[in-house]
Amino acid sequence: MRRFSWFNTVSLTLGFTFLYLPMVLLVFYSFNESRLVTVWAGFSTKWYGELLRDQAFLDAAWVTVKVAVFSSTLATILGTMAAYVLVRAGRFHGRTLFSGMIYAPLVMPEVITGLALLLLFIGINLDRGVFTIVLAHTTFAMCYVSVVVSSRLTTFDRSLEEAALDLGCSPFEAFRLVTLPIIAPAVISGWLLAFTLSLDDLVIASFTTGPSATTLPIKIFSAVRLGVSPQINALSTIMIAIVTIGVITASILTKRAAVAQKRDEQAAIRAE
Amino acid sequence: MAQTVFAPWTDPAQKPIIEFRNVTKTFGDFTAIHDLSLNIYEREFFALLGPSGCGKTTMMRMLAGFETATSGDIFLSGKDIGHVPPNQRPVNMMFQSYALFPHLSVWDNIAFGLRRESKDKNFIGDRVEEMLRLTRLTKFARRKPHQISGGQRQRVALARSLAKAPKLLLLDEPLGALDRKLREQTQFELMDIQEKTGTTFVIVTHDQEEAMTVASRIAVMDEGNLVQVATPAEIYEAPNSVYVADFIGDVNIIEGRATQPGTKIGIAWAEGQPPILATPAKSVEAGQSLHFAIRPEKVTIDTERPDRPNTFRGKVIDIAYLGNISTYHVELAGGQMIKAQMVNARRLANRHITWEDEVWVGFTDTAGVVLEE
Ligand SMILES: Nc1ncnc2c1ncn2[C@@H]1O[C@H](COP(=O)(O)OP(=O)(O)OP(=O)(O)O)[C@@H](O)[C@H]1O
Ligand SMILES: [Mg+2]
Repeated sequence: MRRFSWFNTVSLTLGFTFLYLPMVLLVFYSFNESRLVTVWAGFSTKWYGELLRDQAFLDAAWVTVKVAVFSSTLATILGTMAAYVLVRAGRFHGRTLFSGMIYAPLVMPEVITGLALLLLFIGINLDRGVFTIVLAHTTFAMCYVSVVVSSRLTTFDRSLEEAALDLGCSPFEAFRLVTLPIIAPAVISGWLLAFTLSLDDLVIASFTTGPSATTLPIKIFSAVRLGVSPQINALSTIMIAIVTIGVITASILTKRAAVAQKRDEQAAIRAE
Repeated sequence: MAQTVFAPWTDPAQKPIIEFRNVTKTFGDFTAIHDLSLNIYEREFFALLGPSGCGKTTMMRMLAGFETATSGDIFLSGKDIGHVPPNQRPVNMMFQSYALFPHLSVWDNIAFGLRRESKDKNFIGDRVEEMLRLTRLTKFARRKPHQISGGQRQRVALARSLAKAPKLLLLDEPLGALDRKLREQTQFELMDIQEKTGTTFVIVTHDQEEAMTVASRIAVMDEGNLVQVATPAEIYEAPNSVYVADFIGDVNIIEGRATQPGTKIGIAWAEGQPPILATPAKSVEAGQSLHFAIRPEKVTIDTERPDRPNTFRGKVIDIAYLGNISTYHVELAGGQMIKAQMVNARRLANRHITWEDEVWVGFTDTAGVVLEE
């Protein structure tokens, strides 16, 4: 290990403090006995218990998970298809326009996307609720998925698909049996991205939701307007925990796969 | 060998399995294939030869269905296949880049095509094992493509294209990455497969020796054109142009002018030197400028003047010892270089011609080819 100079140590400490101090405080106060957020009155997990008894929060959590799962799955399917067509179709008329239009929502202010969708849903007389949030999240998450997938597809060797066709696959079979398994990591990370985007979206969800469906971010936001409660801290701590566990699991899985592959390779060499 | 009697291209009643009819292929404003017509017959082992970028892979890709001809038609067994998609052609191709599926094991790569058309597990298993044995890959069946060597990958690609036993097999440089011994073995395996299954092979190769060994006919290409299509022996002994003569094997090319027209002509090639006596394939006019092409192994080298129709005096400039043969580079009058090849029947110490020696080169009046252009 190399030693850090004092300058590096200081900047590292500052940087990490800046990043993590707020979260550490939040986690810390979620275990506070007192109702007052800024006064420490001893360790307690009572707010977690209260959270679990609060039906409104549980409903919101359920809505959020449903929305995230459905919208990220839909976005992954549509985004992958869009990416595939844009990368594969070659130079068709208006291709540049199409790819530009796919990426435009990435830089579109969320308020505008939300408003536009709201107008659409009102226009076609769609009852606002879980379904409309799913549609809205699919719309904006799809762009992210298609960016991730198309960057993988541009480096994908076209002759692999040709080989599959040559061996008797229909174009769809070639996609399912050859292209998809090879680009799967990009598709999965596109899904994860869409999932987290949906999980923490506040703006678009507030525009497109109705009275029947409240997501966690909306719930937290409206609760905080009445004052920060330790309950909210507890909820946020749980969300942090979920995200952390997810990230760690993902990295362990990737590492395991790499280790397994290395082991296979060595076994194969011995077999010679 | 069977190939001496196998010559469907000489029989007008034979229907070709592949027919290119005035096929042109352009990429943008670049013409890769230029108004090309060609017939390939069933059970042929047809070799495409030519320098890099002359359009060999493009021809293969049109046969496999990955490129459509810009103009002209391609027929397979009498049917126009211009708009038949690749997966509906009875054709398999071995890609120059191998195109192995990285996520599948060697075994699954080979089984891939079989699984598309058959559900019978036992049949697929047997066939894959057979292909693995044929290409000596049995030990590597469970490995992924990135876990095997370049030559092994090439064999997987070959096995995968052979597995379905198609009517027409396109091999784009199938053996380039193999060592000489394995390459020769595989060449014979291919010929054997062909004898057994009657598959028609179209093979691209950069190795002339390979083309000579395996091919029933060779097409020599240059910038999208066919220069000559003929049997290996014809291509070698009777090239139709300087390009072909120069492309296949080693050759001496001497420029000159016809002096005495007739069945035997003289070719004046240097001031004050006797003309070369040669036998042209067609009649030539006096004064016409010609190229005389002669293979080094048809030129003899002696210290005494030999009794041959053509003899010229020269000096040995260089000797290339190749083990079984030696090539002598001899400078004739006027600076003309000529290569003569001799079989090393005797051991090294006994050879009597060496650098700077004054020697006589000689050849008969039918040994060389007279080329107009
Ligand atoms: N998709 C394409 N777009 C533009 N030009 C192409 C394309 N494919 C091939 N060409 C050009 O067509 C010509 C013939 O290419 P081809 O791949 O058939 O060569 P080749 O004879 O197989 O060469 P090699 O021996 O190097 O494999 C080349 O000049 C190549 O640059
Ligand atoms: Mg090629």
